[in-house]
Amino acid sequence: MNKSVVFKIDGVEVTATPGQTIMEAADEAGIYIPRLCDVEGLDPQGSCRLCTVKVNGRSVSSCTQPVVDGSEVENNTLEIQCYRRDLVRMLFHEGNHLCPICEASGNCELQAMGYRLGISKATKFPYLQPVRPVDASHPDILLDTNRCIHCGRCIRASASVDGKHVFGYIGRGIHRRVGVNAENLAKTDALLEDKAIASETCPVGCIIQKRNGFCTPVGKREFDHEPIGSSIENS
Amino acid sequence: MKKKKLATVSLAGCFGCHMSLLDIDERILDLVELVEFDRSPINDIKKFTTRCDIGLIEGACCNEANVHTLIDFRKNCDILVGVGQCAIMGGLPVMRNAIMHSDDPLRECLDEAYLNSKYVYNPSNEIPNDPALPLLLDKVYTCPQVVKIDYQIPGCPPSGDMLWRALTALITGTHFQTSYEYELIKYD
Ligand code: SF4
Ligand code: SF4
Ligand code: SF4
Ligand code: FES
Repeated sequence: MNKSVVFKIDGVEVTATPGQTIMEAADEAGIYIPRLCDVEGLDPQGSCRLCTVKVNGRSVSSCTQPVVDGSEVENNTLEIQCYRRDLVRMLFHEGNHLCPICEASGNCELQAMGYRLGISKATKFPYLQPVRPVDASHPDILLDTNRCIHCGRCIRASASVDGKHVFGYIGRGIHRRVGVNAENLAKTDALLEDKAIASETCPVGCIIQKRNGFCTPVGKREFDHEPIGSSIENS
Repeated sequence: MKKKKLATVSLAGCFGCHMSLLDIDERILDLVELVEFDRSPINDIKKFTTRCDIGLIEGACCNEANVHTLIDFRKNCDILVGVGQCAIMGGLPVMRNAIMHSDDPLRECLDEAYLNSKYVYNPSNEIPNDPALPLLLDKVYTCPQVVKIDYQIPGCPPSGDMLWRALTALITGTHFQTSYEYELIKYD
């Protein structure tokens, strides 16, 4: 029995296989739903809430929510885009994001999301300017938690792909940050080759590969010319 | 159309944003058809001579004089625009607030700049403290922390094209910052 699920995203009919998440089905249909904590190859965590959509009027995170036959999903509406804008803004305010000096600039998913959502208006939130540690102990890897957005992608990659559990959360609430399972990064068994360290895992400039920075000229970086999500929309 | 009055200033900034304004190249001739510069480093007018329609602020507030200047701009300009990352979120100057991991970042910053760094040559071993120098603030404040900012143009600096587009929109009264081309807005 090969039943498919048919539902609508912003009025467009999408056919999915049962058990797929809304995000997976949307990706296949060429509809981009903004996301930060989700990335291909890792189990969804459902924590950033950027992928929030409304299903029959109720807000859900599309990276974790399975498709439902006959449902009406709202994605690209003004209301939802406003929520997403606020979420991205808050991430900027919660850490120390100095794009002009950041090695991830141009390739950073948070920054790219700011561009895509058109965030350029005066802000209503305070900059928290937290004091957060930088761990440069490892010969090849640098961990700058000033830029961490707590997406947990490094944690999941290290646990499920590398089988090493190098990264984990420390602390709670606003003080939560990503830490390592030893005194510092140098004392862990983290290696440059790990999935957790791969450039596509950390969406921002928090996990940095040393001696590799600013190597792509402006104009050739990932999000210089096309908004994040374009590869899905153009597929 | 009556010419709009434009004022600009650099607070704690590197003047890169003003340089970018010059990067609009020959369009500066069109600009002077549309606006009259009042208080600005472009014409070296140091005090407001009249109320202005638009004020462009480059840089954050790192000292007392910056705060007074910014308040003066708010009083004298109808629309205040934060130009560049320094004005908007502190940019490079704001690094002295948190990135130093110190309980007393200002002290540590001055010590590093004037006393401790191995590249410093300072035989008097004093941190400059002449009364003529503006008093440094405990930390760097972004412009929206000090006064109401109406619009922001991100970038370090924003490109000449971006500044041109934003300025002409403001001058002609078309709605500012709706749907720029993707490549115009950059945070770096
Ligand atoms: S991580 Fe991204 S948003 Fe944060 S400073 Fe770097 S480029 Fe900017
Ligand atoms: S270090 Fe990077 S990948 Fe890990 S939680 Fe922070 S932002 Fe996400
Ligand atoms: S935003 Fe960049 S270019 Fe503009 S004043 Fe600050 S450092 Fe200079
Ligand atoms: S991508 Fe779905 S909650 Fe983060």
